[in-house]
Amino acid sequence: MVEDGPVGHYELDLSGVRGMDGGSAALLIQLIGDLRERGAEGEIVGATGKVRGLLELYGAHPPKPSDKAPPARVGLFEQVGAAVDDLLGKLGEAADYIGTLVAEARLAIRTPRTVPWGNVVRLAERHGADALPIVAAINFLVGLILAFQASGQLERFGAEILVADLVGLSVVRELGPLMTAIIVAGRSGAAFAAELGTMRVSEEVDALRTLGMSPYRFLVAPRFIALILTLPLLTLMADGVGLLGGLVVGIYVLDLTLISYWNETLSAVGGLDILGGLIKSVLFAMVIAAIACQRGLATSGGAEGVGRSTTSAVVTTIFHLVLLDAALTWVFRIYGI
Amino acid sequence: MEETTKPQATTERPASGEAAPIIRFRGVHKSFGDKVILDGLDLDVPEGQTLVIMGPSGTGKSVTLRHVIGLMQPDQGQVEVWGKDVNQIARKELVALRKRIGYLFQDGALINWLNVGDNVALPLRENSKLDEAEIREKVEHKLELVHLPGIWDRMPGELSGGMRKRVGLARALITDAELILYDEPNAGLDPEMSGSINQLIAEIADTLGITSVVVTHLQSCVRVVADRVVLLEKGRLVVDLPRDEFLASKHPRVRSFLGDDPD
Repeated sequence: MVEDGPVGHYELDLSGVRGMDGGSAALLIQLIGDLRERGAEGEIVGATGKVRGLLELYGAHPPKPSDKAPPARVGLFEQVGAAVDDLLGKLGEAADYIGTLVAEARLAIRTPRTVPWGNVVRLAERHGADALPIVAAINFLVGLILAFQASGQLERFGAEILVADLVGLSVVRELGPLMTAIIVAGRSGAAFAAELGTMRVSEEVDALRTLGMSPYRFLVAPRFIALILTLPLLTLMADGVGLLGGLVVGIYVLDLTLISYWNETLSAVGGLDILGGLIKSVLFAMVIAAIACQRGLATSGGAEGVGRSTTSAVVTTIFHLVLLDAALTWVFRIYGI
Repeated sequence: MEETTKPQATTERPASGEAAPIIRFRGVHKSFGDKVILDGLDLDVPEGQTLVIMGPSGTGKSVTLRHVIGLMQPDQGQVEVWGKDVNQIARKELVALRKRIGYLFQDGALINWLNVGDNVALPLRENSKLDEAEIREKVEHKLELVHLPGIWDRMPGELSGGMRKRVGLARALITDAELILYDEPNAGLDPEMSGSINQLIAEIADTLGITSVVVTHLQSCVRVVADRVVLLEKGRLVVDLPRDEFLASKHPRVRSFLGDDPD
């Protein structure tokens, strides 16, 4: 390609070139190679923009050093500051969301006609009635396990009959409401977050807004109402099967009679205990619906985003359920409920 | 660089726009984090016009549409629709405004647990006092308008992409919208279905006299539906021309964007 000629240094100045295709770039690079073979030196200079990018891709133009300053080191104070700022931002968002929920709830109570009740029925069935078998099975086993564990200890004191008290109080006051809420958080909380997240990603939530409808009224309210109606009912049933689990152990393992076990349970568990458990379950329902719907509506980023929201909804909900349960147990104790 | 056609589109409109514009953007800025999407956008859309917004991906075409209906708020600048600043009006007024605007989302955005009829009827059931028979009649009329009669009971999951879009269009039209915003109406459709959607958009604009804004990157869509075309790049208008002039324009960005085949 290069004819015989004086050996020396050649510069190919491309500063005037605006565009170039791969073929021309390859040709130039071959030219440089030929020059080197002949003992001469060749260099491409002055290429800018796309031309430079193309040549760099072929490795023919040494990349110029970055003119951006290296990232500044972040000090401890700045890190703490950023973390606090982030936390305050999140708290602000949470307050904003709760405010919106309260405002929407007031509006819904004042104009109940605007709540899509058909949806409430559908959701109550799916998230209440359909959850019966799993809630029953788990709470039955919890009552059974509790009675088994307690019986070993209480037998040593000849106080087997107190198994009825222990199972009755723990199931009705704590485990019934909490276990049921955790199952529902895993079942319905995940479903809420995934449903609303998918709707958000496929622009259905935006579509509702453009149709002049509130996503809170149309999507969040029915889920709230469905859970507030069904979770206490599920909890009542959970209390019943939990006691039954204890009873089975009492009768078949500890040889207690049905009547004595039942009377002991009645003497230990009062209406106030059941009421306390139901109050908890209503508050748990609100926590599950609020967190799961918020995570769903805040979804962004396609299928992966939906997965993230769902995981986050379940984890956050369960954490807050346990936190709330601890707080409520403490409050109930102070007020003697 | 060759000759340039209106490199910086300005606020001046052709003489045809004597009436106050329906949509008016003034110096609209919008960023997501560090990424600037709209960079001082000025845009007017007069009544009855079909405006096509073209531009490479990520230049803020859909973001522009979302600003019109208040799904997004500008960081700076104003968006007025029918003379009202979308971001200053009360919630009730915004809801009333939205009822006058139809929005066709990329995938139709149908509510997937409601059947076709209930999807289209949704805005009427929620926001109007019409009785069931009147709603049924209106819905069936709109479904005929989008050439999909008699599919009331089908579920969105059973429909093809093109059908979902047409049902979405029927729903956008159900409140007798005066302005329709189309977000990539051809996305994900085969050329034949894409063509029939273009026909439908043009038909609706002509027969109902509706003002339309169409976001697309297809030349075929421009040919069929547009009265006027703007090219958006880096959050600003770089070209603003009537359709035929746009298609014949020698502006390098227009040429490269149209794939350089003026045929």
